[in-house]
Amino acid sequence: MSAQSDLTRYSAAELADKLAAREVTSVEVTQAHLDRIAAVEPAVHAYLHVSAAEALATAADVDARRAAGEELHPLAGVPIAVKDVVVTQGLPTTAGSKILEGWVPPYDATLVERIKAAGLPILGKTNMDEFAMGSSTEHSAYGNTHNPWDLDRIPGGSGGGSAAAVAAYEAPLAIGTDTGGSIRQPGAVTGTVGVKPTYGSVSRYGLIALASSLDQAGPVTRTVLDSALLHELIGGHDPRDSTSIPEPLPGLVAAARQGATGDLTGVRVGVVRELQGEGYQPGVLARFEESLELLRGAGAEIVEVSCPHFEYALGAYYLILPSEASSNLAKFDGMRFGLRVEPTEGPVTAERVMSATRGAGFGDEVKRRIILGTYALSAGYYDAYYGSAQKVRTLIQRDFANAFEQADVLVSPTAPTTAFKLGEKLDDPLAMYLNDVATIPANLAGVPGMSLPNGLSDDGLPVGFQVLAPAKADDRLYRVGAALEALLEKNWGGPLLAKAPELEVGE
Amino acid sequence: MSSLSRDEVARVAGLARIDLTPEELDRLAGELDVIVESVARVSEVATPDVPATSHPLPMTNVFRPDVPEQPLTQEQALSGAPASEDGKFLVPQILGEE
Repeated sequence: MSAQSDLTRYSAAELADKLAAREVTSVEVTQAHLDRIAAVEPAVHAYLHVSAAEALATAADVDARRAAGEELHPLAGVPIAVKDVVVTQGLPTTAGSKILEGWVPPYDATLVERIKAAGLPILGKTNMDEFAMGSSTEHSAYGNTHNPWDLDRIPGGSGGGSAAAVAAYEAPLAIGTDTGGSIRQPGAVTGTVGVKPTYGSVSRYGLIALASSLDQAGPVTRTVLDSALLHELIGGHDPRDSTSIPEPLPGLVAAARQGATGDLTGVRVGVVRELQGEGYQPGVLARFEESLELLRGAGAEIVEVSCPHFEYALGAYYLILPSEASSNLAKFDGMRFGLRVEPTEGPVTAERVMSATRGAGFGDEVKRRIILGTYALSAGYYDAYYGSAQKVRTLIQRDFANAFEQADVLVSPTAPTTAFKLGEKLDDPLAMYLNDVATIPANLAGVPGMSLPNGLSDDGLPVGFQVLAPAKADDRLYRVGAALEALLEKNWGGPLLAKAPELEVGE
Repeated sequence: MSSLSRDEVARVAGLARIDLTPEELDRLAGELDVIVESVARVSEVATPDVPATSHPLPMTNVFRPDVPEQPLTQEQALSGAPASEDGKFLVPQILGEE
């Protein structure tokens, strides 16, 4: 099958139109993606589990209901991949950890319930850094995911599997989760679109919690419009999540369609002074400046804003996240689910079983962060570490509040560099943490953020452009993002992913 | 602020209930010392007049409607357990000998 007629090359919105017009069936679309998965997975390894039979059964059911004239969700029949940190009834869920190997959850996350109710076939579960701790997917207990642009490079993390699956045409849509950049940074390094919604916009019920005050699930796609469609499907109030916002979502798809006209007259775009310069690759900064020119040409007013406390965000994040994670991961005690390991010598007590289980079941990064968090919360250190970090959180919120008085959206490069080589930063945790320097402030303040591809750096690898908006104003991301996407694609003559090398397809 | 010694890492790993090998302890102590030194900068701006923030969008008294829902069945609840017996989780002895 030629690339042009290949059903895996269409966006989710295009597939939805073809399904509604009955040009194709969901079984055909789903099978095309399963064939693509079979062909490229040996090279990419984006999936931890492929649920072919379940996906085809959903597709056949949707096709039958459509044939019977039933009113269906616009995305019904469009297949999707789900990050393995989201629980799925009947499908294995490991969060990338050996401690949950083989676990099959007895319930669905709210967002999975909504996906199933809308009739999207679930293709499988995507690879990730263990418990979402990492920026390269190298901390998965089940092997690396490879960047489809260059198989020797990282796909970002923690959601490298979802981003790579979408970039390699192994799924038109995927679910990610973003605690400090785990949707946006993989989007940037794989040339795809990813959105971290406002905290509370998408239910956290059924996400295996990393840091409860930072975690947020969101869409991973190839176009801004597809992200809006998926965000509207999974978002909105959920009584089972006490931090879920009890209000309707703003019109996200409408905002994306408005933005796609390319007109941003009257929109004030704030460039964050602290999120550029030292540490940012020249090619990343060059693409950023070009994107600003495009926005200016579309009628936007570009202003510079200062967020002086952002330089403390990384430090605050690496105190708050490990602290919350050390508490959330205490449930992995070898008693009710997951791995149980008995000590090799001495009495077999619950406490000693718990220590042996966690020693054997957790990987290096998880141990590192749990111990760091336990330390930060321990007597004598709490005020200096965790307490100070919470105060920095206030200062960062104030920085955002001031900046949003001068601008409707804020922008920056998503990540300081393009994809680095697998293994390059594995022995230097601090260098790995610096990948998220531009994405972390949004999580600390709860504001929404988007990354969309805005060109190739000098090394030929994709660069991401980040848009940030005030809490509950996620629609602004879609308007500005869709406008920039339309202007860029006009210049490129098509999507950025068309420039990615074709993967060797096995038979 | 004090640096994180190997003994201190061992003590905290005990609190966190994670068995570490001697090699892991050596490596973690070095890595964590660097990380703690870096993140400790937050205390520079965390002055007493700044209030703490725990959640980005604070909400209070959140309740869902008081409507009974179907809980997991006993079989579902036990489905992932490493060991079970008579419809209950089977766990090691809780207390030591003394």
